[in-house]
Amino acid sequence: MVLRIATAGSVDDGKSTLIGRLLHDTKTVFEDQLSAVEKASTRYGDGSLNLALLTDGLRAEREQGITIDVAYRYFATPKRTFVVADTPGHAQYTRNMVTGASASDVAIVLVDARNGLTEQTRRHLFVASLLGVKLVILAVNKMDLVDFDEATYHRIVAEATAHADALPAPVVLNPLPISALLGDNVVDASTNMPWFKGLPLLDLLETIEVPGDHNVGARLAVQWVIRPYSTEHHDYRGFAGRLTGGSLAIGDLIRVLPGGQQSTVIGIDRGGVPQDTAQPGEAISIQLADDIDIGRGDVLVAAVASESPIVTDRIIADISWMVDKPLETGSRWIIKHQTRTAKAFVSAIELRHDVATATRSPAESLGLNDLGRVHLNVSVPLVIDNYDRHRPGGAAVLIDEATGMTCAALMIRDSE
Amino acid sequence: MTMIDSGTQATPAEIKQSVAELEDEAITIIREVAAECRNPVLLFSGGKDSAVLLHLAAKAFRPGSLPFPVMHVDTGHNFDEVIVYRDILVEQYGVKLIVASVQESIDSGRAVEETGPRPSRNRLQSVTLLDAIAEHKFDAAFGGGRRDEDKARAKERILSFRDHFGQWEPRAQRPEPWNMLNAKIRPGEHLRAFPLSNWTELDIWRYIGIENVALPSIYFSHRRTVVERNGMLLSVGGPVVLEAGEMPFEEIVRYRTVGDASCTGAVRSMASNVDEVLVEVAAARITERGATRADDNFSDSAMEDRKREGYF
Repeated sequence: MVLRIATAGSVDDGKSTLIGRLLHDTKTVFEDQLSAVEKASTRYGDGSLNLALLTDGLRAEREQGITIDVAYRYFATPKRTFVVADTPGHAQYTRNMVTGASASDVAIVLVDARNGLTEQTRRHLFVASLLGVKLVILAVNKMDLVDFDEATYHRIVAEATAHADALPAPVVLNPLPISALLGDNVVDASTNMPWFKGLPLLDLLETIEVPGDHNVGARLAVQWVIRPYSTEHHDYRGFAGRLTGGSLAIGDLIRVLPGGQQSTVIGIDRGGVPQDTAQPGEAISIQLADDIDIGRGDVLVAAVASESPIVTDRIIADISWMVDKPLETGSRWIIKHQTRTAKAFVSAIELRHDVATATRSPAESLGLNDLGRVHLNVSVPLVIDNYDRHRPGGAAVLIDEATGMTCAALMIRDSE
Repeated sequence: MTMIDSGTQATPAEIKQSVAELEDEAITIIREVAAECRNPVLLFSGGKDSAVLLHLAAKAFRPGSLPFPVMHVDTGHNFDEVIVYRDILVEQYGVKLIVASVQESIDSGRAVEETGPRPSRNRLQSVTLLDAIAEHKFDAAFGGGRRDEDKARAKERILSFRDHFGQWEPRAQRPEPWNMLNAKIRPGEHLRAFPLSNWTELDIWRYIGIENVALPSIYFSHRRTVVERNGMLLSVGGPVVLEAGEMPFEEIVRYRTVGDASCTGAVRSMASNVDEVLVEVAAARITERGATRADDNFSDSAMEDRKREGYF
């Protein structure tokens, strides 16, 4: 199984160095990449091999020694394959962290041992919680700069644990002390910190168990209707989309939402190849026994489901605001939820999440990097799930009609 | 088939499963872009990534036919085997092929051939590509780009927004939480879509093996007359003209990538089938672009610079 990892930390916490170290020590770095980094290290640094340059690929990043945008890296060990989203910690930090965390199983939150928990650390833990990333590895980095001091490490872990307990949804903290620069507890156990009995980072990543998704029952948001119009497939209508929530089999009874009609699955194709059943995650197309008017945006749902989605045009959602232009009550946006695109009107801003204290305060508007909760009126009914129960049914984005920019990520909690 | 695969200790079943998951993701992206965009096109170079992309696109709409055309940006610096392969494939898949010619861009004065002893047409492709996108009013172009190919590509979104000038602005990319794709554009702007974003070179070869995706013959070992330039083996003939003091020689080689023949190098290899290539790829110590693309070794940010100009 692929483990999807998001890394988060403040500027200079050593994220890129850590990822560079993982890539380097797992021998994922190719010779030509390494020689390019060596050349660049001389140009942009003091000449010692700067592993951060492995991931900081854009010219401006190298010149300024910062990470601008989320970068994706791939590496494998004999035990597991990994995808790492390197999410930079400055300017659009929340947007980057939200993007990285949205598709991740595990978050690695870096803390500089000299500084302890910062507001950024608290923010990262909060975002992990809000986005439903249940596993968090708290990597206390730069231990070499605090003389590998055990008491410093334990103080930071205690502080982080206290904060984690106050988060809106529980996260499991896996702390460990490291030095990304020197490699302590990254791939090999540190000889400088014999007092630490836990696994080094890579061993932890190789063995950590990711809790499975809730089975809410099969859901398929229709992306496209396949109609070949050929002699051979004259009456063929395949409703194509990605199955989520639960498995589906030929003979299953489904409901079409928001319409409410029922029918029976008589065919399942995956990549044009017929199969009897389908599992969550598979891109399939299904045929139904009855001739029902179904189009893009409709959702096919198992008629006998352990949890039913809600059909509503009024939603309550946690929101991450990602652009300079503020979100205000009464403003209008485009909402994209599953395969449905509609208009949305902000009827109320319920609150702003104060990430440093994990408390809530009233808000008139939300600005760049703000996290809050909003109420939206949508121009058509959506087929929603609570985000924590079923991510695909609870995730949405807001788009600015004028600029086309993606402005917000929404975690739907309920209907109004 | 037996999968000899030293990349991981994964079992054949696990490999099949991980590649199937990548396929599901890619097909989902292809369907989404086809549904959201008015007039998409699939860019096809004849290379292995575009072969996989076309294979996936065909599967996404089966038993229906591909709802968009395929476009080859033809540098004129081709390997003959690739053009033969392209035409057979187009026939097999029954797709509509558009050829956008760099030579025509040069002839009409839209593009100027690079001067110097070794002109490559790699950069010029951007001009031809952007002209063709404007001419056919395409609003999205599927490409076979992968994030593991290059450090600039590692930063690129699945849907890459391009302005009126076809430029990529890495600082103003649209976030894609949960891989939700925002295909909204204004007139004159367009999108590049990269369904293979999360694939690695190893994944591509595993998929080719499992799905029996046909490739041009030059991907497998063959005897070829080459000349060594800057540590790269270039095929003699066509755009590659021998310079003073250069000695051509025969070598058993294959190609890891297919591009402009003037700057795409061959690697010494005895790998004559997919299984043997997989062993080679898993053991490779040099990236495919580093090993075979003179243009990307030109500078540290060569790919970023070309992408900013409208490159794939």
